[in-house]
Amino acid sequence: MVKNHANQFVNWNKVPNASADKAEFYPWKWNMASTPDGSDTVGLGTDTGPESICYRTDLLKQAGLPTDSATLAKDWSTWDGFINYGKQYEASATKPSGSHFLDSAASIFSAAVYQGNEAYDNASGTPDVENSDGVKSAWKYTTDATSAKITAGLEQFSDPWNKAFSSGAFAAVACPTWMMGYIQGQAGDAGSGKWSVSPVMPGGGSNWGGSWLGVPTASKHQAAAIALVEWLSSKDNQVKMWTDGGHWPSNQEAAADPAVSGATSAYFSNAPVGQIYGQIAGQMKIPPIGFYDTQIQNAITTQLTNIETKGTSPDSAWKAALDAIKQVTG
Amino acid sequence: MVTISAEPATGEISRRRLRRHRPTSRGSRIAYVYILPFFVVFAAFSVYPWLDTAWVSLHDVRLSTYHQQTWIGLDNYKNLLTNHFFWHAFFNTLTIGIISAVPQLCVALWIAHLLNHRLRGRTFFRVAILLPYATSLAAATVIFLELFNPRTGIIDWALHLVHLPRVDWQGSKWPSQVAIASIVMWRWTGYNALIYLAGLQAVDRELYAAAAVDGAGKWAQFRHVTLPGLRPTIIFTIVVSTIGSAQLFGEPLLYHNGMPDGGTSGQYQTLGLLMYQQGWTNDRLGLASATAWTMFVIILLAVVVNLLIARRRERRAR
Repeated sequence: MVKNHANQFVNWNKVPNASADKAEFYPWKWNMASTPDGSDTVGLGTDTGPESICYRTDLLKQAGLPTDSATLAKDWSTWDGFINYGKQYEASATKPSGSHFLDSAASIFSAAVYQGNEAYDNASGTPDVENSDGVKSAWKYTTDATSAKITAGLEQFSDPWNKAFSSGAFAAVACPTWMMGYIQGQAGDAGSGKWSVSPVMPGGGSNWGGSWLGVPTASKHQAAAIALVEWLSSKDNQVKMWTDGGHWPSNQEAAADPAVSGATSAYFSNAPVGQIYGQIAGQMKIPPIGFYDTQIQNAITTQLTNIETKGTSPDSAWKAALDAIKQVTG
Repeated sequence: MVTISAEPATGEISRRRLRRHRPTSRGSRIAYVYILPFFVVFAAFSVYPWLDTAWVSLHDVRLSTYHQQTWIGLDNYKNLLTNHFFWHAFFNTLTIGIISAVPQLCVALWIAHLLNHRLRGRTFFRVAILLPYATSLAAATVIFLELFNPRTGIIDWALHLVHLPRVDWQGSKWPSQVAIASIVMWRWTGYNALIYLAGLQAVDRELYAAAAVDGAGKWAQFRHVTLPGLRPTIIFTIVVSTIGSAQLFGEPLLYHNGMPDGGTSGQYQTLGLLMYQQGWTNDRLGLASATAWTMFVIILLAVVVNLLIARRRERRAR
């Protein structure tokens, strides 16, 4: 988007309030909508998706595992620790039969890949999957998890995955802020108090989702449109976006507001979600992003599903993923 | 048609002779005006897209940067024909087409044969068989997805009940193709049966009476009266279902939650899905256009082969 169509959108570095606007937002959010040299920015941030892990306290307790936040903050701070914890869950004699620790390998991969210096693209934003440190380490964690069989192998957003939120086919899932709303929608009132949010994200900050508002240069009423976007993404409105809709602000001043930073969630066992996600959003570092990230990630997570459900070997799954990625990149 | 009925009946012969010499008589000129709206729409929404698709297929074009087109000649076609994704989708389309169309047409023929006889509640059955056709494809596929759900579906539950192994109707190749073919069959069998039934109305009832007098049973009547009488109708339905099968899209798309990959290993990705995936998911409009044209040629070939076989059989029958 930024690369191909930047000249079709108003550059927010050149609007009258440019410096005041820029100061409001998380720098990483601002940079995601900017050209690599930072000279051109196509939109102001609306929501973001800082990620943690949402988990079922009741299932973990039933498996005889600790769920207090001090232990989780330590055990789940790294992916290796998280996977180890998952192995203990699978080994438990008292865990519910048919239940697995994590929903899918994709929960690990799509978060871990963005914790590297590079994800799917090199510094200039060109896809370079094979040489990326993020892809390499994410693939290693994921295949560790699949060979230990700690995942339920459900395709994310498929019907069986949706049903599993209430059936308890998995105990944990990668959980950007908006996923909290999704879980409540799928698990319903019966899930209230059974879920909680991990105090840390394994491997550090990671982001899933988020939007921007831009103004096309073709607009006949640019000044009014710019004022509207500034108003929509202002502190007050982003606080409201969180309190009414559960979407995490990209406006730092909104994130620091007590209504956001001090928020707890009764549904998620009164977890201090404002403080947890605020901390994760603050430590975010975003590697270069590219135009085909979604398709590339999809190609890889599809093959991860094959490893989980069909016993495909990681090597041939990796080759098939690269093959499918080549169909996109050409 | 309209011009003929508008003409006075007298002077028919001389008029015809006249027309031969002056092909642009007033009457036929009006005929062109009458058919003009169709051809204007046809040119705008069929001919122009065909030609534009052909033009795009000769370029490297990304959907996101549509106006940057680089001429690459036949490279998209070369890429396609040496690409295992294409051949994979081609054979999937072929196999799903066969396992859905062949049983579908046979069953439709048999249903039509039965409904052609005097039967209590005949009108009810005739309407009932058309109901699946009137059902929304999306709604039907969602229901079939539930039936074929490997964890909670009623089909695997029934298999389990009679001590048969559970089947992965989503992940395994043949079961998933059979499941999709069953949606197609469910939807189109009644429609084809109705077309056959219409064709049967044109078969002389006395032929059945004569056959019965000669001692022909139901099956013999079906073979020697129904089948020959329906030959043109059967050829029509075969051509139409060949075209339909080659374009199969909605069922396999919805069968994987609306994703065009046709399952995690493309086990039921059809040519229609591949084309969609290339153009809209993978951003490669040039390659997708090449797939579209290749599909067009494949369908034309399939239809021509159908007609050739039919004509040869007809000649042999004479």
